[in-house]
Amino acid sequence: MALAGRTAAWWARLRSPCPAAAPLCLPPWLPAGPVACERLYSSRGKEKLDMLMYPVESIRNFSIIAHVDHGKSTLADRLLEITGTIAKTDRNKQVLDKLQVERERGITVKAQSASIFYNHEGVNYLLNLIDTPGHVDFSYEVSRSLSACQGVILVVDANEGIQAQTVANFYLAFEAQLAIIPVINKIDLKNADPERVEKQIEKLFDIPVEECVRISAKQGTNVEKVLQKVIEKIPPPQCNTADPLKALVFDSTFDHYRGVIANIALFGGEIEKGHKIVSAHTKKRYEVNEVGILTPNEQPTHKLFQKLAPYGSSGKKIRYAGQVGYLIAGMKEVTEAQIGDTLFLYKQPVEPLPGFKSAKPMVFAGMYPVDQTEYNNLKSALERLTLNDSSVTVHRDSSLALGAGWRLGFLGLLHMEVFNQRLEQEYNMSVILTAPTVPYKAILSSAKLIKEYGKAEITIINPAQFPDKLSVSEYLEPTVLGTIVTPHEYIGKIIALCQDRRAVQKDMLYIDERRVMLKYLFPLNEIVVDFYDALKSLSSGYASFDYEDAGYQAADLIKMDILLNGNPVEELSTIIHNDKAYATGKFLCERLKDAIPRQLFEIAIQAAIGKKIIARETLKAYRKNVVAKCYGGDITRRMKLLKRQAEGKKLMRKIGNVEVPRDAFIRVLKRQTDK
Amino acid sequence: QWPYCRKRCSYCNFNKYVVPAVDEAAVRACLVREARTLLHLSQVHSITSVFFGGGTPSLASPRTIGAVLEAVAGAAHLPASAEVTLEANPGSAGTPRLAGFREAGINRLSIGVQVREVLPRPVRRSSPCPPTATALPPQSLDDAELRLLGREHTAAEARGAVEAARGLFPGRTSIDLLFGLPGQSQDTWTRQLEAALGLCDDHVSLYQLTLERGTVLAAQVWGGALPVPPQDLLADMYQRARAMLVAAGFRHYEVSNFARKGALSTHNLSYWQAEQYIGVGPGAHGRFVPWGEGGRSREARVQTLEPDAWMREVQSHGHGTRRRVVLSPLEQLEEVLALGLRTDEGITHERWRQFSPHLSLEAVFGVPGEAKDLQQQGWLVLDCGGLRCSWEGLALLDSLLPDLLCQLQRC
Repeated sequence: MALAGRTAAWWARLRSPCPAAAPLCLPPWLPAGPVACERLYSSRGKEKLDMLMYPVESIRNFSIIAHVDHGKSTLADRLLEITGTIAKTDRNKQVLDKLQVERERGITVKAQSASIFYNHEGVNYLLNLIDTPGHVDFSYEVSRSLSACQGVILVVDANEGIQAQTVANFYLAFEAQLAIIPVINKIDLKNADPERVEKQIEKLFDIPVEECVRISAKQGTNVEKVLQKVIEKIPPPQCNTADPLKALVFDSTFDHYRGVIANIALFGGEIEKGHKIVSAHTKKRYEVNEVGILTPNEQPTHKLFQKLAPYGSSGKKIRYAGQVGYLIAGMKEVTEAQIGDTLFLYKQPVEPLPGFKSAKPMVFAGMYPVDQTEYNNLKSALERLTLNDSSVTVHRDSSLALGAGWRLGFLGLLHMEVFNQRLEQEYNMSVILTAPTVPYKAILSSAKLIKEYGKAEITIINPAQFPDKLSVSEYLEPTVLGTIVTPHEYIGKIIALCQDRRAVQKDMLYIDERRVMLKYLFPLNEIVVDFYDALKSLSSGYASFDYEDAGYQAADLIKMDILLNGNPVEELSTIIHNDKAYATGKFLCERLKDAIPRQLFEIAIQAAIGKKIIARETLKAYRKNVVAKCYGGDITRRMKLLKRQAEGKKLMRKIGNVEVPRDAFIRVLKRQTDK
Repeated sequence: QWPYCRKRCSYCNFNKYVVPAVDEAAVRACLVREARTLLHLSQVHSITSVFFGGGTPSLASPRTIGAVLEAVAGAAHLPASAEVTLEANPGSAGTPRLAGFREAGINRLSIGVQVREVLPRPVRRSSPCPPTATALPPQSLDDAELRLLGREHTAAEARGAVEAARGLFPGRTSIDLLFGLPGQSQDTWTRQLEAALGLCDDHVSLYQLTLERGTVLAAQVWGGALPVPPQDLLADMYQRARAMLVAAGFRHYEVSNFARKGALSTHNLSYWQAEQYIGVGPGAHGRFVPWGEGGRSREARVQTLEPDAWMREVQSHGHGTRRRVVLSPLEQLEEVLALGLRTDEGITHERWRQFSPHLSLEAVFGVPGEAKDLQQQGWLVLDCGGLRCSWEGLALLDSLLPDLLCQLQRC
C-alpha cells in the first residue's frame, strides 16, 4: 500500500498549517435554502452557479468505495437522484460511467466527479462526490480520488460481505485518515445478512456495529440517511481563502475543442477566470479560461466573490477553497496537467503538495498495426486515447517480424483489455498485441553491458531485450502481496492454486465463522494473466482478490522462444520462471497446433530455451484438400471462398515458409485466459 | 433444375423442396418457357448437352422431360449426338419409368446409389412427379449407411436400379459413391468400392461427404453425436479409390470423376472448361453472353430460388433470373483457373488464350512466383500441354489455388 502511505503523510503535512478552528474561508453567509436551490437546479446549464452560497463549512468532499458489484454506482445514481442533481428516471444506470466499455462491463475505469446540492436542517450543502474505479487494476486511481476527499462511504454487500477489495479500499481510506461511513447495501436481497456483515466490519475494521447504515440503493431505502451521515461525520475541508492559491490536480481529461480539463481540489485560496496560474511541476504559466463544478457534466460557475455580480455579468468565474471542480487553462496536452501537480498563482509560489508518483505499469505488451500502412492512424489513435488515460506508458518499439509499433505499459491485464477495447470502439483500430509481460530486472555482471546501459540494474519490459545468463549476476521479478477473501470451503483448492503459482503464504485470518482472509506473496507474472479467472472458477465466483505492489525478488528466469520449423515467433517469446518452462512450452505448442491451419508441408512447433528444445508438437501436412463437388451451381460460392482465401494469404504472417493467420497468436494467448 | 424431393437427405443442402403436391403441369410450362427465353437471349445455335438435375428430377414425369427437350430443340439445334443426362434416384428409377425417360430423349443416367431410400415407407408421394434431371448418383451400397444418410432406398434397390439403368443406357450410366461417412473405415470403404466396381458401368463419381451447414448430418457430427473419419483416413480413402478405379481401367479425369472407354460427362466437362451454359429452373446457375439483348460479356446468372416465386416470375417475364453479374476478364480467368485445374488435362494453352489473348499461361505462371514454387514442390506442371496438377497435387488443389490466384491477380 505504498501509495496510501504517501497519501497519509501528505495529509498530515497538509493539516498542520491549518489549525482546526481557524477562521475559515468565508463568512458563514448562508442563503435561504430550498428556494434558491430549486432555482439552481432548474437553471443548470443556462445560468452560472452562485458558489458563494457554499462556504467551506457547508462543503463535503467524499468518495464511495466498494468491491466490484457491491453497488457503488447504484448508490451514486440514487444520491444524484434524490438530491435532484439528475432527473429521476428508470434509465439512471451508472450515470457516472461515461465510457461505452464501462457500461458494457459494468465497471468504472475512469473516475468522475459530481457536485450535489443538498439542504439539511435548513442549511444548503455542497457535496462533492468523487467517483472511484472499482477494479484492482485501478487502485492507483482510487488513491488519487481519495486525495481530494475528507471522507468515504464504504459500501459492502449485505449478502457477500467483506471482499478483498473492500479490505484494500478500507486501508487506502484509513491510512489517508479519512472519515469512513460503513454502508451495508442490498438489504432487500433474500439472502441478505446485514448482522453478519456488521460483525465482519467490527472485527476487521474496528468500526462499531452501530455505525453501519443499512440501505438498499436499488430501492432507495435509507439513502437519505447516508447523506445525513456524510454531513455529520465527514469534516469540511480545512483551508483558508486568505491563503494563496494552492490547488491539487487529481485527474484530467482531454476535450477536442477545449483542450485539457483538469479536475482540481482547492487546498487554499481561490481561483477565477483570468487568473494567471503556474504549474509547480512544469513551471509553465497559464491563464484560466473557465472554472466550474461537475454535476456530473462540467458546469461553469459564476463570479460572485463578496461583492455580488449580477448573473451573466462578466463571465468571470471563481472557485473557493475547499471546493472540488474543474479548470480549463489552455493546456494542450494532458502531460501538462500532471496528476498530483500543484497549481498556484503567478508570482505567489507555494510549497507544492506532495503529489503522487506516476502510476506504475505492471504489465507490458507490444502493440503493432495489423497492416503497417495503418501505422500513422494507430499512432494518432494512441496519442488521443492516452490523453485521457495517462496511466498507460508508451514507448516506440519495432520488431523484425511485426514492423514498427509500440511497447505499452498497463496497470494490469484488465486495463490492457479495456484500453484495447477502447481503441476498437472509440477509434475503430484493430491491432496485434503480443504476449503480456511484467517488468523484470536484471543485475548485469558484464562490464561491457553495464557500460552500454550506463547502469548495472536494468528493467526488461520486452523479451527481445532479455540479457543472456552469462552476463547477468541475478534476475529479479516483481512481486505483489495478494489478499484473498473466500468462504472457508474453498481454502484447500485456493491454497493449492497459490502454491502452483509459486506464492508464499503470509497470513490467514477468519473474519467470521465462514469467511477467511488469506495473504500471499505472489510473483506478479503468475497472477497477471489468468489468476483471477482461475480463482473465480474454482470458488464458484465467491472468492475475491486484490493485490498491492511488494517489490522485487530474485528469480530463476529464462527466455523461452516458440519456433515454427526452426524460426522463432516473436509475438510468443516470453520470459518465464525456469520451473514453469516445460509446462508453459508444452501448453503453447499444443494451442498453436490448433490455431495454425494445416499446410502443404509438415510443421514442427517447438518451445526452446536457447538451443534446447523443451516441447514439440507436429502439425502434419495436408494430404487431401480439395472440394468434392464443383458443378455449375457451386462455382460462384466456390470462387468467393477462394478469393477470400487469396486475400487472407496476403494478410498471413509468414514465419519462414509457414503461413500463420494474424489472429492465431492472440487466440493462443487468449485461450490461456479463458482456461 | 427440378427442385423437388420426396424427403430430405441428412447431408444435402441443395436448393430443394419437399412439398405434398407439385402442380407439374405448371412447373413444366414454366421450365419450357424459361428455356425458350434464355436460349433466345444467348443466341446459341447448337446445344452439346442437356442435364436434368435436382432436387430429384427422376420424380418428374417423362412428359415434362420431353417437353423441355422439345423446347430446347425448337430454340436451337439439338443434335442426336448431344448428351442428355438425367439425375435419378434408385427409388424413382424402376425399369418402366427409365424406359419412359429414354423415350422422352434421355440418353445418359446418373444414379445416386447410396442414395436409395432406406425403407419403402408410405411417404407422401408428391403427385406423380416426373423427373427433370438426368444423373443418377450412386452412393452407398450399404443399408446402414443409407439409413445414416437419410436416404429412402435400400442397397438391394440401388443395385436393382443400377442394373435396370445399365440395361436401358448401356455404357451411359454413371453412379455416385460417397465416402467419409461417420464410422466408415478403410476396410468397409474398400469392400464397398469392390462391390461398386462389380456393379458400375463406365462412369463413376466419387464424393467425399461434405458436411454442409444446416443439414441434420452436420448438426449430428458437430454436436458430437457422430464421429467423422480423421483427415488422414479421408486422404487414404481417396487414394485407395483412385488406385482401384485406375486399376480397373478408369481415367481419373476430374477431382471426383472417373470414366473408361471415353465415357466422360460432356456436360460436366463443359463447366470445368468454362464453356457457356444456361441454367433453367429454380436456383439454377448459368454462365453465358446474352447476345440476344446486346450483351458482349460473359455473365454469371442465378434464377430465383424459391419455386413458387420463380414460377410467378417466369409467368410474368418469361424467365426468373434473379441475379446477373457481368464477369470481368480477371474474374473469368480466375474461374478458368480454379475449374480447369480440377481436370486431368488442366488448362490447355489454347483454352487460356480464348480468355486471355494477350497474356499467355507462360507469361503468368512461368515466371518466378507461387506457381514456380509449387512446380518445384511437385504439385503442379506447366509444359506444352498447359497448366495442370500433378497426380499428388490434384488431391491438394484447394491449397494451391489461393497462391495461384494471388499470382494471377498481380498480373
